[in-house]
Amino acid sequence: MSDVKDTSTAAERGAALPAQSPPVDPAETAAAGEKAAAGGRLSWWHGDAGEGARRNLALIGVLVALIVIGALTRSDLYSNPDWVWDNVLSILKLASVVGVVTVGMTFVIIGGGIDLSVGAIVALAGVWCTTVATQSYGAGGMIFSALTVGLAVGLVNGLLISYGRLVPFIATLAMLVAARGLAAEISDKQTQVSDNNFINGLASNSLLGVPLLVYILAAVVAAGWVLLNRTTFGRRTVAVGGNPEAARLAGINVKRHTLLLYALSGLCCGIAAIMLTAQANSAQAAMANLYELDAIAAAIIGGTLLSGGRGTIIGSLLGVVIFATITNLFAINGLSTEAQNMVKGGIIVAAVLVQQVQFRSLTQFLNRNRLTTT
Amino acid sequence: MSDEQPEETVVTDAPLVEAPADTVAGEVVLRLTDVVKTFPGVRALDGVRLEVRAGEVHCLLGQNGAGKSTLIKVLAGVHRPDSGTVEWRGEPVTFANPQAAMRAGIATIYQELDLVEDLSVGENAFLGHEPRRLGFVRRGHMARRTRQILGRLGHAEIPPNRMVRSLPAAGKQVVSMARALSHEARLIIMDEPSAVLAHDEVGNLFRIIRELTAQGIAVIYISHRLEEIREIGDRVTVLKDGRTTAANLPARDTPTRELVSKMTGRTIEYVFPDRPAEPPAGDELLRVDGLTRAGEFADVSLSVRAGEIVGIAGLVGSGRSELLETIYGARRADAGTVRVAGRALRPGSVGSAVRAGLGMAPEERKSQALLLGEPIYRNVTLATFGRYSRAGFTDAAKERAEADRIAESLDLRPRDVRRPVRTLSGGNQQKVVVGRWLLGDTKLLLLDEPTRGVDVGARAELYQVIRALAARGVGVLLVSSEVPEVLGLADRVLVMREGRVVREAPATELDENTVLDLVMAGSLMEGAPA
Ligand SMILES: Nc1ncnc2c1ncn2[C@@H]1O[C@H](COP(=O)(O)OP(=O)(O)OP(=O)(O)O)[C@@H](O)[C@H]1O
Ligand SMILES: [Mg+2]
Repeated sequence: MSDVKDTSTAAERGAALPAQSPPVDPAETAAAGEKAAAGGRLSWWHGDAGEGARRNLALIGVLVALIVIGALTRSDLYSNPDWVWDNVLSILKLASVVGVVTVGMTFVIIGGGIDLSVGAIVALAGVWCTTVATQSYGAGGMIFSALTVGLAVGLVNGLLISYGRLVPFIATLAMLVAARGLAAEISDKQTQVSDNNFINGLASNSLLGVPLLVYILAAVVAAGWVLLNRTTFGRRTVAVGGNPEAARLAGINVKRHTLLLYALSGLCCGIAAIMLTAQANSAQAAMANLYELDAIAAAIIGGTLLSGGRGTIIGSLLGVVIFATITNLFAINGLSTEAQNMVKGGIIVAAVLVQQVQFRSLTQFLNRNRLTTT
Repeated sequence: MSDEQPEETVVTDAPLVEAPADTVAGEVVLRLTDVVKTFPGVRALDGVRLEVRAGEVHCLLGQNGAGKSTLIKVLAGVHRPDSGTVEWRGEPVTFANPQAAMRAGIATIYQELDLVEDLSVGENAFLGHEPRRLGFVRRGHMARRTRQILGRLGHAEIPPNRMVRSLPAAGKQVVSMARALSHEARLIIMDEPSAVLAHDEVGNLFRIIRELTAQGIAVIYISHRLEEIREIGDRVTVLKDGRTTAANLPARDTPTRELVSKMTGRTIEYVFPDRPAEPPAGDELLRVDGLTRAGEFADVSLSVRAGEIVGIAGLVGSGRSELLETIYGARRADAGTVRVAGRALRPGSVGSAVRAGLGMAPEERKSQALLLGEPIYRNVTLATFGRYSRAGFTDAAKERAEADRIAESLDLRPRDVRRPVRTLSGGNQQKVVVGRWLLGDTKLLLLDEPTRGVDVGARAELYQVIRALAARGVGVLLVSSEVPEVLGLADRVLVMREGRVVREAPATELDENTVLDLVMAGSLMEGAPA
């Protein structure tokens, strides 16, 4: 029962639906406005768009803190502006390879999956593109083969997971082992030197004072941002990760999209393989060791929800840069990598806590304050 | 079966300012004064007063978003009030967390089920207070007590060790009820418990509530169905925009007109939209032949014409939802065909159904339909954002405009479509689920319990919208547990029982009792097999 209606307006509303836009009831609008006004001057802070931005602000805070620590501990170096600029560039260069991998990883995690095989794919693609046979085709052949290998391995991951119904963790763990094995087989466990000047130049050359690797990172990040925030692909990614059943019932092809996500991650690994090969002027089966951990950690620190459905590219980028800055901080202070790893672990926990706990209570605090002052 | 409540008239406490109902004898166990609770940008509670006595069923009425669920979450220790006092059995209290409220004797059945899908029925019922000895859970003991409680709830057939995931919606509701009963509660709060229950289950629920109140336990009962409040309630408190607009009205005698105007601030009349004078004679849109899924439904044939609203009445578990999902391709049929405008759909492919112009608002909004963290407009356009895109780029401004239009026509509150859906009240979330398919060029709309949790006013608007769609030539297949809704809205009605269609007739030729008899026949335990 309880089928009751406001005779004055409901009929109009119902009838108005098929039309382009029904007239807005002025009383309703006023009421809505009032409610919004109750939100007060801090409403931007609470706004829907604000949430990601808020997180990223926290990460920038962490970054600034790290730089301040650097400046305090090595004030001698920081007093030289040229050194500071060079140091910034070296941090970005350090971040570039993992950064590219992290962009792909971010998509996979937002889409509700995980890719443990990224480091192995980078190694396989790197080894594949530096064999004597591939190098004989020149830079174009090397780039093509790296991208193709990355894409192909990503597709296999995707097929196993979406159509083979394997759990992502298991499928990509198996791929991690298999791809490294294949890389070792191909390279015969040797280091394969790259003789290609174009490829090697990607790491050693700069444009307008900025290393080319940093441009590649910027391009991948920009493309990833657009893809996630402005395209139907990105929208599907969030839907598939946020609630796969809802996505399926809305007519989204969840399996195909999952497949594409792993392919995208593989493609990013292919790009990273070229960059890493350029940096080392060589490739070997053990390269890009534990990149999967770095990429996952960076994405999580950047606010990507491990259970899927939420995450930002900018956050992931900040995560990667924070890690690179820590590494740099330890390097300029001449500290051991062991200590560095311990601090990294701490930073992961701290960053997540800062985002979750601190910001919730800060929001609450601001809220309460607003209430008492108005 | 309705008025067994003892009608003692001794009022022991000082009467409240508002009309004190004389039907309730118990002492006041709970008193809220000027409780305020704000969320970012919303004053969900803005000075609520409430008084509940031992042994009474106190009903909360209010439109979608009025603050009912927020209020009970304050009582349950989920939210802490910004200001105001909560007195529980004479003492001012603030519950730091839900456990504290439970220890104090307040058990809550939430509007959105909060069960752990991968735990068993018994584990869910005793979650957080498992009976244990030396740190080990006493599984046998727990199973026994669960069985006892389920028996009391009239559902002895649910095995305590069954996984909750495998239960239908109504079964899950029973489990959350069992959880509330597993505490020694003095106050049990039920937030729209009947929304997922079928007619006979509601009767069962009322029987349990009467048992509870006879033991002096107080019950706070929330529902949008006025007739339920008349049947089970003692007193009513009405909320509007987070304020108490009327307190302690007698549940049985207060005129509907008064209740509704206190709730909505306007006068409202009881109507379904008019049916077209002529029965719709459009082309056949949907043709289902011999559709079968083992254990769910068998040999179902039906058709829907363009512009026609076909209703399916049946109990929860009669295979209605499964049928709808199978037509939509979300489940794969064992036998039978589904044709849309003469063309067979690929079995088990939602994509093929959506391309053919089908849309479905599923039964469980939270698990099947919504991206809770995403803004309203993205939820509204979840099935259509591709259509508003250009070369793969989404057009958020256009999507927001379209979502605004839907929000307007369904009276969504708050109206701001950039808010996350998570912050909407239950009824408003439901409007988002249905609203999704009002966009785009849906030709055939499958609606599974479309008005679940939607308030009286918005419900009427939704009916108008559905009728307006049909007038445009859209076919509608509607499943609802509320028989009057099926009879009032549909042109033609199918009655389902145990997976089979047992009757098909124009809605005007059926009445509520006939349908109920058909639906129930043979479903009673003591009845001889038909
Ligand atoms: N977590 C939250 N964040 C922000 N706003 C919220 C949150 N929870 C509820 N609200 C808002 O508070 C108001 C009251 O919501 P509430 O859920 O209490 O309504 P309700 O009376 O239970 O409605 P319904 O009948 O639809 O269930 C609504 O405007 C809702 O949007
Ligand atoms: Mg509610």
